[in-house]
Amino acid sequence: MTVSPELDRRFRDAAAAAGVLDVGYDVVPSPIGPLLLAASGRGICRISFTADPEAHLDALARTFGPRVLRTSGAVADARRQLDEYFAGTRRGFELDVDTRPLPEFARRVLDELARVPFGETTTYGSLAARVAAPRAARAVGMVMNRNPIPIVLPCHRVVGANGSLTGYAGGLEVKERLLQLEGVLL
Amino acid sequence: MENVTSPPPFERFYLEHRDAVLAFLRRRLPRDAADDLFQETFLRALRSYASLAHADHLRAWVLTIAGRLVIDDARRARATVPELPEIPWEDGRPAYAQLEHLASELPPTERAAVVLRYGYDLDYDDIAGALGSSPEAARQAASAGVRRLRRKELA
Repeated sequence: MTVSPELDRRFRDAAAAAGVLDVGYDVVPSPIGPLLLAASGRGICRISFTADPEAHLDALARTFGPRVLRTSGAVADARRQLDEYFAGTRRGFELDVDTRPLPEFARRVLDELARVPFGETTTYGSLAARVAAPRAARAVGMVMNRNPIPIVLPCHRVVGANGSLTGYAGGLEVKERLLQLEGVLL
Repeated sequence: MENVTSPPPFERFYLEHRDAVLAFLRRRLPRDAADDLFQETFLRALRSYASLAHADHLRAWVLTIAGRLVIDDARRARATVPELPEIPWEDGRPAYAQLEHLASELPPTERAAVVLRYGYDLDYDDIAGALGSSPEAARQAASAGVRRLRRKELA
């Protein structure tokens, strides 16, 4: 017996509404390709350019708890704000982020990163200086590299000291697209 | 390292067992009632899932949740019928642990078959699914268990 899409959706919606999930996630389309969005009870906890959920289920369960379920309701707000961002009608995100699992240094760096405004860039070195670790540009680069919530935590706005784009988890062309969208690159 | 005995992410558990749960419920109830209890079964499973200490017999575990809901549903529908005996239940434990006091000396497979058949009124197709055996093997395990219990009673 096969569960119909309607029955399936009813259960998934009810699970999200009941507040019994450790993580709810969904895969959503975007101009830069499908994105996996995941939210814990405390906020967005993962955005990935690797949209296949199978690549994330175990890590999400290990980090946040085993009650991990695909449900559009859990990430509806994030999805709407991302749509607006890609449509050019939103410059900042009003979303809680859940960075609990990260080491303290990474959380400090990401807090600072979140303050880099739409349409501006900064460098690894100056971000390091702002968390009072001026020699830690490489460590900051590593935090950017492992940023669990890209786009919302805008690591695409961090470039090398000479202005080069350096690297990006979603690929350099995605970094370029995002900076074009924000009017930094033409 | 992944702990091999911890339950899988709920999504995987749900995808693996949802068809069997729906089939189980539709065999016992009208379609609408079955669909309602389908949702309720997995919501209950979700509520207990975080405290589940094992990844064994997950099919049996979720079918016993569904089975209990069917029994509760029947009780509500026929409120005048005398109460069925209450089966002790703890969500975190495998189904066969619950009739320990009655069937504790049976071999594990017979114990599971007896509890699922007579404790939860599952049919042999479902028990076979839970035990990973054929329906015929499930029937034999249940009747062997009952014979063994009768012998104990007579002794």
